[in-house]
Amino acid sequence: MATTTAEAPVHDDHLAAARRARCWTAGLVAALGLSLVAGIALGAVHVPFAAVLEVLGHHLFLVPDERTWSRPRESIVWDVRLPRVLLASLVGAGLAVCGMALQAMVRNLLADPYLLGVNSGASTGAAAAILFGVTLGLGEHALSASAFVGALAASVLVYAVARSGGRVTSTRLLLAGVAVGYALQAVTSFLIFASDSAEGARSVMFWLLGSLALAGWGQPLALAAVVVLLTVAVLTIFGRQLDALGVGDETALALGVSPERLRTLLLVLVSLCIAVVVSAAGSIGFVGLVVPHLARRAVGAAHARAVPVAALIGAVLLVWADVIARVLLAPQEIPIGIITAVVGAPFLLILVRRLQATAA
Amino acid sequence: MIVAEGLHFSYGSSPVLQGVSLVARPGRVLGLLGPNGSGKTTALRMLHGSLAPSSGRVSLAGRPLAALGPREVSRQLAVVVQESDSDSLLTVREMVMLGRIPRLRSFQRTGAADHHAVDASLARVGARHLAGRRYVELSGGERQRVLVARALAQEADYLLLDEPTNHLDIRYQHEVLQLVRDVSDSAVVVLHDLNLAARYCDDLVLLSEGRVVASGSPEEVLAPELIESVYGIGATRTFVDDGVQLLFHPLHQESTA
Repeated sequence: MATTTAEAPVHDDHLAAARRARCWTAGLVAALGLSLVAGIALGAVHVPFAAVLEVLGHHLFLVPDERTWSRPRESIVWDVRLPRVLLASLVGAGLAVCGMALQAMVRNLLADPYLLGVNSGASTGAAAAILFGVTLGLGEHALSASAFVGALAASVLVYAVARSGGRVTSTRLLLAGVAVGYALQAVTSFLIFASDSAEGARSVMFWLLGSLALAGWGQPLALAAVVVLLTVAVLTIFGRQLDALGVGDETALALGVSPERLRTLLLVLVSLCIAVVVSAAGSIGFVGLVVPHLARRAVGAAHARAVPVAALIGAVLLVWADVIARVLLAPQEIPIGIITAVVGAPFLLILVRRLQATAA
Repeated sequence: MIVAEGLHFSYGSSPVLQGVSLVARPGRVLGLLGPNGSGKTTALRMLHGSLAPSSGRVSLAGRPLAALGPREVSRQLAVVVQESDSDSLLTVREMVMLGRIPRLRSFQRTGAADHHAVDASLARVGARHLAGRRYVELSGGERQRVLVARALAQEADYLLLDEPTNHLDIRYQHEVLQLVRDVSDSAVVVLHDLNLAARYCDDLVLLSEGRVVASGSPEEVLAPELIESVYGIGATRTFVDDGVQLLFHPLHQESTA
């Protein structure tokens, strides 16, 4: 048995893995395209697929160049649902790759993007905006903006606490994130309690559980696009270094990769990405925890391959989660975090069972 | 040549190294020996810059280590670190490919030359058939082979190993060290087992309480009176196949050496 494997052609395992990664990437790109169109078509008001394609074609390529559809339909497709599905895919991609980067940084497969306490900071900012009208003079984007400020403040705080003598170790990072997260959750709860506004508390709850209802053409979407795409690109380019860091600090150093510098760079990038994502859509759980595992199962653990695939899986999943959130109790919307939790929690249980199986 | 001069280091107020000097020559395997806490692992970490001495200096081919970045060091020294218990999900090929990091620029993709280097390294440690397996699924002996292969893929001048025989049964201990002799002419290896050191090293340095108490050939360093004073256990020296081997005396017996 051992002799047959020993004589296997040398490059086979590598080429097969590369082919597999290409197939997954191509398939997922196609799936994302279809999901985006489906996500625009489906909703409280159904728009036929052909009509969706006509409106998109008209706006993007001026084909067809004549409008043959009603204004409201155009508005649903172009002004409401397109920015919404785009934001959903960016948020899904951002959470997935940030989860993957953090799992490597702290060497724990159960790490998720909210580990850094960034989402708690965003929630505190959002709660302050909703309940007390703290708008920072930002008009219609006040909610996202104050959530973003809260998220950045939390990540700076976590970084300051975790850093000692110019070094950030994974243990200190974990502890600092958890501590800051709990403290800010307490502040958010206190704000809700102190505001005495049932309506406001309901809005905060809705936002806390995640929602893409705020999506529209504008700065939050543009910011999310730039930051998420940048994060995916950087994590892919630094894939090998991330692999080395995932094995261990000593290993990384022995390979000429300074673990402290890499961790600091990743921390800044990932915190920024999570801040942008959470401020645009609230805390959507389980995506950043579960999707990295799906991506690794599909194409292996090397980050140069797994990061883009995780981004695509996260994007597709979140577009569909948002569709379900919109149509399940239409015309009412369910917070999307409930959908991702219902789907994600069983995945997590399966994962835990698998981990035990490999350990045994 | 790796030269360490007057290395001092302490964790808080407890001194670990108190003026350690040693030389690793090209073409020779140097063994670092000493009881637990004698500072041998600390000294090895300083040789590749993973730890900076509080005073003293290390130089690599005549250039001070402190002036070289980690990347430059990793092109000259390949380190087999004690992280073989990592539950990394990488495949063996991906794990060995990490050894190419010092040779690749950040934006550069791995090419055919890198895959050849990985295949050649795996072949030299007799682990080419493991290439497609996951690292976590390997046995301790297989893991050590893979980590040695990764160090080989770095194509560095020196191989540094920190207790590569840890957690291995007796056959794998000999296999790993024979492997080091076969694949590398210039190596520094931290070892616990004095007889393994005698068999596989050209030069030995014996540390005790952060100081070098002996250095030289195995015959010179593994003198029974020296071993008894450093380890507190009596030993008799014999010669097997022209090499030194020690027989140890259980503590309740009188030393007959």
